[in-house]
Amino acid sequence: MKEKIKKIVEIIGLPRIIIFFFIGSLFVIAPIVGVRIDSSLNDVIVRFGMNGILVLSLIPMVKAGCGLNFGLQLGIIAGLVGAVTSIELELRGFMGFFTAIGIAIFIAVILGFLYGILLNKIKGDEMVVATYIGFSSVSFMCILWLLLPYKSPNMIWAVGGSGLRTTISLQGYWFHVLTDFLKINFGSHIVFPTGTILFFSLLSFLVWAFFKTKTGTAMAAVGSNAYYAKSCGINVNKMRMISVILSTVIAAIGIIVYQESFGFIQLYLAPLYMAFPAIAALLLGGASIKKASIKNVIIGAFLFQGILTMTPSVMNNIVQSDMSETIRIIVSNGLIVYALTRKIERER
Amino acid sequence: MMKKQVSTTTMNPFVYFLINYSVPIIFAIVVAFALPLSGLSVNNVVRELMIRISRNTFLILALLIPVMAGMGMNFGIVLGAMAGEISLIFITDWHIVGISGLLLAMLISTPIAIIFGYFAGIILNRAKGREMVTGFMVSFFMNGIYQVIVLYGMGNIIPISNPDILLPRGYGIRNAINLLSIRQVLDNLIPLKVGTIPIPVATFLFIIVLCIFIVWFKKTKLGQDMRTVGQDNEVARTSGIDVEKTRVLSIVISTVLACYGQIIFLQNIGTMNTYNSHEQVGVFAIAALLVGGASVTKANITNVFIGVILFHTMFVVSPRAGKELMGQAQLGEYFRVFVSYGVIAFSLALYAWRKRVERENERRKVMDYRKSILVKN
Amino acid sequence: MELKENYLLKMEKVSKSFYGNKVLKDINISVKYGEIVGLVGENGAGKSTLMNILFGNRIIHETGGFEGKIIFAGKEVSFNSPFDAIDAGIGMVHQEFIFIPDYTVTENILLNKEPTKYNFISEIFGDKINLLDREEMKRRTIEAIKKLDIELDPEMVVKEIPIGHKQFIEIAREIDRKSLKLLVLDEPTAVLTESEADIVIKAIKKLTAAGISIIFISHRLQEILNGCDRIFVLRDGAIQKELVPTETNPREIAEYMIGHELKKGNLKAKETRKINDTILEVNNLWVDMPGEQVNGVSFKVNKGEIFGIGGLTGQGKLGIANGIMGLYPAEGEVKFKGKPIHLNNSKYILEQGIAFVSEDRRGLGLLLDQPIFKNITFTAMQIKEKFIKSFLGGMIKFCDDQAMIKITKEYIDSLQIKCESEKQLAFELSGGNQQKLCMAKVFVLQPELIFVSEPTRGIDVGAKSLVLDTLRQYNRKYGTTIIMVSSELIELMSICERIAIVDEGQISGILPPNAQPEEFGLLMLGKKIEEKEGSVYK
Repeated sequence: MKEKIKKIVEIIGLPRIIIFFFIGSLFVIAPIVGVRIDSSLNDVIVRFGMNGILVLSLIPMVKAGCGLNFGLQLGIIAGLVGAVTSIELELRGFMGFFTAIGIAIFIAVILGFLYGILLNKIKGDEMVVATYIGFSSVSFMCILWLLLPYKSPNMIWAVGGSGLRTTISLQGYWFHVLTDFLKINFGSHIVFPTGTILFFSLLSFLVWAFFKTKTGTAMAAVGSNAYYAKSCGINVNKMRMISVILSTVIAAIGIIVYQESFGFIQLYLAPLYMAFPAIAALLLGGASIKKASIKNVIIGAFLFQGILTMTPSVMNNIVQSDMSETIRIIVSNGLIVYALTRKIERER
Repeated sequence: MMKKQVSTTTMNPFVYFLINYSVPIIFAIVVAFALPLSGLSVNNVVRELMIRISRNTFLILALLIPVMAGMGMNFGIVLGAMAGEISLIFITDWHIVGISGLLLAMLISTPIAIIFGYFAGIILNRAKGREMVTGFMVSFFMNGIYQVIVLYGMGNIIPISNPDILLPRGYGIRNAINLLSIRQVLDNLIPLKVGTIPIPVATFLFIIVLCIFIVWFKKTKLGQDMRTVGQDNEVARTSGIDVEKTRVLSIVISTVLACYGQIIFLQNIGTMNTYNSHEQVGVFAIAALLVGGASVTKANITNVFIGVILFHTMFVVSPRAGKELMGQAQLGEYFRVFVSYGVIAFSLALYAWRKRVERENERRKVMDYRKSILVKN
Repeated sequence: MELKENYLLKMEKVSKSFYGNKVLKDINISVKYGEIVGLVGENGAGKSTLMNILFGNRIIHETGGFEGKIIFAGKEVSFNSPFDAIDAGIGMVHQEFIFIPDYTVTENILLNKEPTKYNFISEIFGDKINLLDREEMKRRTIEAIKKLDIELDPEMVVKEIPIGHKQFIEIAREIDRKSLKLLVLDEPTAVLTESEADIVIKAIKKLTAAGISIIFISHRLQEILNGCDRIFVLRDGAIQKELVPTETNPREIAEYMIGHELKKGNLKAKETRKINDTILEVNNLWVDMPGEQVNGVSFKVNKGEIFGIGGLTGQGKLGIANGIMGLYPAEGEVKFKGKPIHLNNSKYILEQGIAFVSEDRRGLGLLLDQPIFKNITFTAMQIKEKFIKSFLGGMIKFCDDQAMIKITKEYIDSLQIKCESEKQLAFELSGGNQQKLCMAKVFVLQPELIFVSEPTRGIDVGAKSLVLDTLRQYNRKYGTTIIMVSSELIELMSICERIAIVDEGQISGILPPNAQPEEFGLLMLGKKIEEKEGSVYK
């Protein structure tokens, strides 16, 4: 019996088990300290829908052997440009939402292509370079946000100065178009964001289907064993490139869904560290540097948002202070360190 | 069809030099442009530079030993900075002033830095080949631990008596602590002025001592062992060197030095942002070192000095240059951040690319040699 | 009593088993003071294991130790680790150079034994904080180099010195140890020209004059005969014979190396098929495969033939197939069915109808974490677009799992692959069944030419013949040309119609399977056959 437990712990990973129990206990304590379970659960689901696609975007690159996409910010930037442009064009509702996505995809393909060329030249050292590419591109965009010729009064500084504001509200444009789409009300405290969940499911399905095609299978082979793939005649560089473009495009869509739910477009340095929560969520769901599946995305995003939602509300009521930020730092970064120090999956 | 050979050693030596030192060269050109653009007087720039060099160099020097041991750019110096800050909190609480306060801070921070460094070293050993990514993830993680200690532990489990530095709620340190008690004690210890520019002699003495230490260290058996480990782990192991222990030791030394470096940095500034001061320490120090022409596997004292001068000149002139050029000072500030990250991204990418090219060249050289002898036969 | 004192090293009745498999049987070896003893044998004969035992390598201890006695310098010993062996006075120079290219000759020779100057700080911080004594280092280096009587600049960085001299760094490192009594040289002349090899042998002889004994492991017969005082021939884990160079010749050594039993005609006479249609023509092929370099091979293979390629490990036979298939950089001219084909492009080669069953079954042949049916059909799906359901006029290509499973079931049946189902994961199968899986993967492609590398490596005896039979049947039934690369001469002799031997990256000769075993041996050991005019062999 002891052996079995040990084995299970080893496979699932100690951190995940700890976090699972942690969240479980939070849910148990919640009503005791006066936090409503149903609204908490609702929050978790809403935030899951908000962040899920960003986590999903990591899958193609992990499967292709490019590692965890620390350069996620490139996709986010594409999404931001798309969103901002859509507002500049004064488009509202679903029109605005899908135009934003359309423009974002276009830019994401270009950025992803350039990113892919770079990553192909540095096989094996992707992660550290990607992180700094991500950081420098966000800071570069800061300069551009100041200079780009956007004129919409809702976006630029009202008094003096030029360039876009740090935060742009989506009220009246496409705030909650997806979230409220086909929403279902359960009583006064629960609003199920059907639209967002449907959209997430659609994208997940597309990703799953992609990996069942000839190209997808080839890509997975590259990530599983690049020499094997090469010996079967697969163009390793091409597969990696496709995976990078895919990841960047999905990330671009992901940030737009995030903004739609959140209600604001955040520019300048806000996206700087956005790669880390997504990566941490994926790892929490059971993925590793070389292996990731949609199951990991769903479980991970759910658990991660669970911690982020439950901790502040419950902890604040117990400890009378806001430890959520600190806990988030420890949990998400700790998970990534854990994944980086795990021995690479041994060949059985 | 065989790939076109890009030989780095049979290349025109001038071109080779340009590629190898592309980062400092490009940087120097940019700075050369920005300097007149900013409209700042030479005197002003030199004065600013003197202060910045004196307070930053120690931290950058702390990066050299891990590079020697093959650990790459040690993002973990942030942990050393945190250790230094914790000790400064204590001496401020105990009201110990002047140079004795400074030295006491260095003393009590040493064991903390050793523990942090040991922890970082062990983790890095478990992530061989991914040291740099793991390094900065660890620094982010430790930031959380630091917050637990400083924001929740102090005033609670860790006794702090001075209410001035505690948050109103009774525990946790304030966001900013003024370090008036030790402000510029080191800088002003031996006063000297050249024209209108004050020179912090004692601080520079510390820096010189560290340089001498590093030069001496490289000549010891331990230094040689570290070099060997940095060159080739397997060869080192086969010849009997304890590779793991040597690597951890390099990180511990680096962390302790970074700890002192941060104390020197903060004594110059005079205030401590409790939760933010250490955030950019790693990035700025590493960027400066890379700007000085260092690479992931090779870094020396010259790189440090060239780097700190170039990097910080850029820092000084950017805001004004940005204002002159584009009408916004804000632009210059974002430019600084962009450059810091960009330099690291560019250097790392360049290094990774060159590593692969060089490996292929080695194989070609061996193959060509074999061809030449066998064809003769 | 007297006998024992003459001998520096005596290994008596040394035996070793790995997981029940006996790899060394009652080995008796001796080395006198100041003697050079040669150790010859095919790879797999047990040379490395014997040396591992002598040095007390961890792998020996972890797998149950060894039986027998080792007597070194008059005392019975059993070392716990190579460092103990080194301390006792045994040194080893490996085949792969172990040095740091960016260090000087001096720094390499004194790696981790650098002399230091005492400093009082070391009382607190330990010995390592002492400064290196660079002058002493240089002095010791010059002394070691002098002992070898060669030209070497102590201050030169090793990556700059000529390749032929890099060998001496390791030898010098060992002789620098004052306690050195016995030096083991593992293929010291492997990458050297004849003249460079002569320098090494001269240097070694100088060492023996200074009282150091040498164990010289090599497959280059001429050097063994030139350099050694006595020769031990190892085969199949046992000492076949102890020879003295002046009383033997290359042929005799080869005979003992390859095996007498092969002479005992258990080979059936082959039906000589009249085949004269060249399907593959290779001219001056060079392949850069680490450890198996190919240095200009040329040969022709006939359509429908089963052509064998043999040779000792590391001599290049594996490089030929890997190079042609595009797995490693290759140069040269290759013609398939009369048409010149591009090299370094795996996809193109596969599309031409040439396929490869790699020697690296687990690393290159299979996706271990995937089910059997995906493994078998993968390459065919990618190259020939089989097992695909197309939509939107070919824009979207889905995997047709049904079709994959169907064909997999057929192969599981015809090849008798033992498994729970076609969905079982590849890593769960036994070695022999995994090999069948790799072959099935290639058969699905229906190629015209198959390269098979080490088809029965790591497979138990029962499965071996099955694998070979499958190949033979496939060849007879479909007329597929098969080029088989193998370290096991017996295997090659049993199904091939011609066998080429590769030595030092080149083909030293092509023989029919019923040639004398020692002929093969000679080819493996460095003698080349002149091209016979109008010979049926070429």
